[in-house]
Amino acid sequence: MNAILPPPPPEAAAPRALSVETVSITKRFGSFTALDAVSIRIRPGTVHALLGENGAGKSTLVKCIMGYYRPDEGSVVVEDREREIGNPRDAHALGLGMVYQHFTLVPSMTVLENLVMARADVPAIIDWAAERRVMEEFLSRMPFGVPLDRPVALLAAGEKQKAEILKQLYLDSRFLILDEPTSVLTPGEADEILGLIRKMAAAGDITVLIITHKFREVTAFADDVSVLRRGKLVGGGSVADLGIDDLAQLMIGAKEVAGSVSRLAAPADAHTRLELKGICAEDDSGTDALREVSFAVKAGEIVGIAGVSGNGQIQLVEVLAGQRKASAGEVLVHGEKFGATREETRRHRMALLPEEPLRNASVARMSVAENMAFRRFDTPPFSSRRGGWLSRKAIREAALALIERYNVKTQGPDAAIGTLSGGNVQRAILGRELGEAVDILVVANPVFGLDFAAVAEIHGQIMAARNRGAAVLLVSEDLDELLELSDRLLVMSDGAIALEVPTAGADRVAIGRAMAGH
Amino acid sequence: MRIVAKMATGGPVEVLLVPLIAILASALLFAGFVALAGVNPLEVYALMYKGAFGTWFSLQNTLQRAAPLLLTALCTALPAQMGMVIIGAEGALVMGGLVAVAAGLPLVGMGAPVFLTQLVMALAGMIAGGLFVALAGALRHWRGVNETIASLLLSYIAIAVMNQMVEGPMRDPASLNKPSTGAIGDVYMIGTIPGMDVHWGLVFGLIFCVLTWLLMFHTSFGFAARIVGGNARTAKLVGLPVGFLVLAVTFLGGAAAGLAGMVEVAAVQGRANASLVAGYGTGGILVAFLARQNPIAVIPVAVLLGGIAASGGLLQRRLDLPDATVLVLQGILFVVLLASEMLYGRLAVPRLSLASFLRLRPQRS
Repeated sequence: MNAILPPPPPEAAAPRALSVETVSITKRFGSFTALDAVSIRIRPGTVHALLGENGAGKSTLVKCIMGYYRPDEGSVVVEDREREIGNPRDAHALGLGMVYQHFTLVPSMTVLENLVMARADVPAIIDWAAERRVMEEFLSRMPFGVPLDRPVALLAAGEKQKAEILKQLYLDSRFLILDEPTSVLTPGEADEILGLIRKMAAAGDITVLIITHKFREVTAFADDVSVLRRGKLVGGGSVADLGIDDLAQLMIGAKEVAGSVSRLAAPADAHTRLELKGICAEDDSGTDALREVSFAVKAGEIVGIAGVSGNGQIQLVEVLAGQRKASAGEVLVHGEKFGATREETRRHRMALLPEEPLRNASVARMSVAENMAFRRFDTPPFSSRRGGWLSRKAIREAALALIERYNVKTQGPDAAIGTLSGGNVQRAILGRELGEAVDILVVANPVFGLDFAAVAEIHGQIMAARNRGAAVLLVSEDLDELLELSDRLLVMSDGAIALEVPTAGADRVAIGRAMAGH
Repeated sequence: MRIVAKMATGGPVEVLLVPLIAILASALLFAGFVALAGVNPLEVYALMYKGAFGTWFSLQNTLQRAAPLLLTALCTALPAQMGMVIIGAEGALVMGGLVAVAAGLPLVGMGAPVFLTQLVMALAGMIAGGLFVALAGALRHWRGVNETIASLLLSYIAIAVMNQMVEGPMRDPASLNKPSTGAIGDVYMIGTIPGMDVHWGLVFGLIFCVLTWLLMFHTSFGFAARIVGGNARTAKLVGLPVGFLVLAVTFLGGAAAGLAGMVEVAAVQGRANASLVAGYGTGGILVAFLARQNPIAVIPVAVLLGGIAASGGLLQRRLDLPDATVLVLQGILFVVLLASEMLYGRLAVPRLSLASFLRLRPQRS
């Protein structure tokens, strides 16, 4: 796609960048083999992408490199010498550093304080003036800077990510692992940071291993790529030699992925099912999270809500789910005021699938069958009309049917739902919510952390609900998912709708700009 | 039969095994304690058994002490089903006893029928105890106040209110050394179960335990309450009336403890005074936790704890141990029990098979 810099020949790399190699690393957890003889060589001064589905073993591999796990077999080689890395401290001493997916800086402290405190040898009494001089000198050598005296909490996501990377460089890490570094950034921020990282690698200052599942980042910013599938290295090589189709093939395997249900034409005379009028709400800390959000969803359409996480999407779903009170405005369903009570939800045939269903939509220690009955347990045949005696038999039988229909993998209807894998919890809750006819469906990040097969299946279910005439509101942080499924796209930024576009022919650049609040 | 089956499916062997381990560990620690006091632990345990269950007399003594524990334990166990830790049973018991007397005395003065008077007293006690604990529930739900702290502090207020009333407006001038309210009189007292020396409070407690167990585990009300207890966010998502459920269940728990207070005045003391604060409330917390907050399991555990309390006198008389010795055992039990919570999910129940043994061996050759 983009012009790719030729990978620098090894001898040209400055002495700073480290070479790292894993030699036939095997890691087992009980009877499960997470890594099976994985050998990867990361050349000094390159950006190496580690690609794979969730659960493919990417994080297990980097945890072996960083000393969090001890491999059962195999070894880690740094600068052509086999090293015993027993714990993360050993890794740091060798110059290996990792930037995590989620920010680890202390939000209330300034960047300067965070960086100094991260050092292993912080003196008992800190001479801040001297530290600042050292830090400014250090920053002047870096290709990018961050305001030293601003508390981390006030930095934008991209700046936080830069500060995290600077922290590793300040700690003298010459081999950097970035774990899905762009998942919390706008496309613009992501491109900027990855571009800078690539430049530093090309200059021979650092070697970078970047964990990702975004093909675009691999083709645009990486020199080499290794693909893991089910704990095995299934391929890789120079990015220049591989196309996106090759990578996808390697990542998913030969397995057929169920094609998503095709989109039927929307009915012409569709009426509005769900309407928000000037909704305002505060987050837990009392600051405004939603600012006069207004939009409508018609029958037979999917309206997507895009945005960088933390721009009010969570609060929007919470208001619709009755988990948060709106401070102003109103929600109308079928033209009636909606207060998210049990009776209203049932009458309007409304279904909700919030993100992280284990935390938001289920009770982990109750059984799969009980969890599947949450919507209907107080109606016949689950409860008698008088006295509300529960029929465990009815609950169990209904659950068995849903488990079958929605392909939930569980030991049985009596297993606690907390023992299921993420995808199966998602399917179980989706089955509960879509088990009966649905007029309105609200979904948030429905495929977060799921594997390809589960993603296709759940997308298919959502599209099928739309085709049956449901009004669907899809909130997601994954722009590709939104572009694939939505009929219309709204972009949220800082708690307000910043842009509305039809999905057909949507302009990624304009969407990205709206996400960033420009 | 039902109970055993439920436990077996609910959370396999652990549910029985962990409390058992805790009880055994406490028994060992307590053995060390009495050994330090220069007494043979085996002798202590033999005597404790005799003092608790060994004779018809001691068994009745045990049941008499178990009766209020059945009710006060529910004050902790029922809210616990909703994820709340309420430790205000002592206050609810005191409130229940005081209000029951306040409601009963005018009826006694009018010469109202005995059964009617007792019924009114029971209802008054339950409502007083119920409202009292529901207050902690309301503070938690609408103001975000920690219900554990609130219920504990409310208990002190309840005891202070009782003392104020007993020493002030409701004081019987004839009670000199120990300020008390007027007596309801022998005619109006709740009698004993035929053929036993144990008062009817035991039956009330058993009925309350069984009914609340049915309510929590076999009705849609209890199902809804357990959803709230398991995950309040989910409860809101499926549109359950969380506030109502919190109030209803805390009220029910408080009503149980309030009834215990009514039984104390109407079957034991005959009047309200400082004797109401006899530690049944705190004992109930221990019973509830040992019973894993299950209303049915409360029954055997309350009998066990009643037995430990009943055996104190015998230890004092025979071995010259202080009366408080059994309180030490209770204390050890509680601490060990709380510590044993961490065993859940970590207990490797060993499967002794050749296959599992072979799999454990390193595969490297």
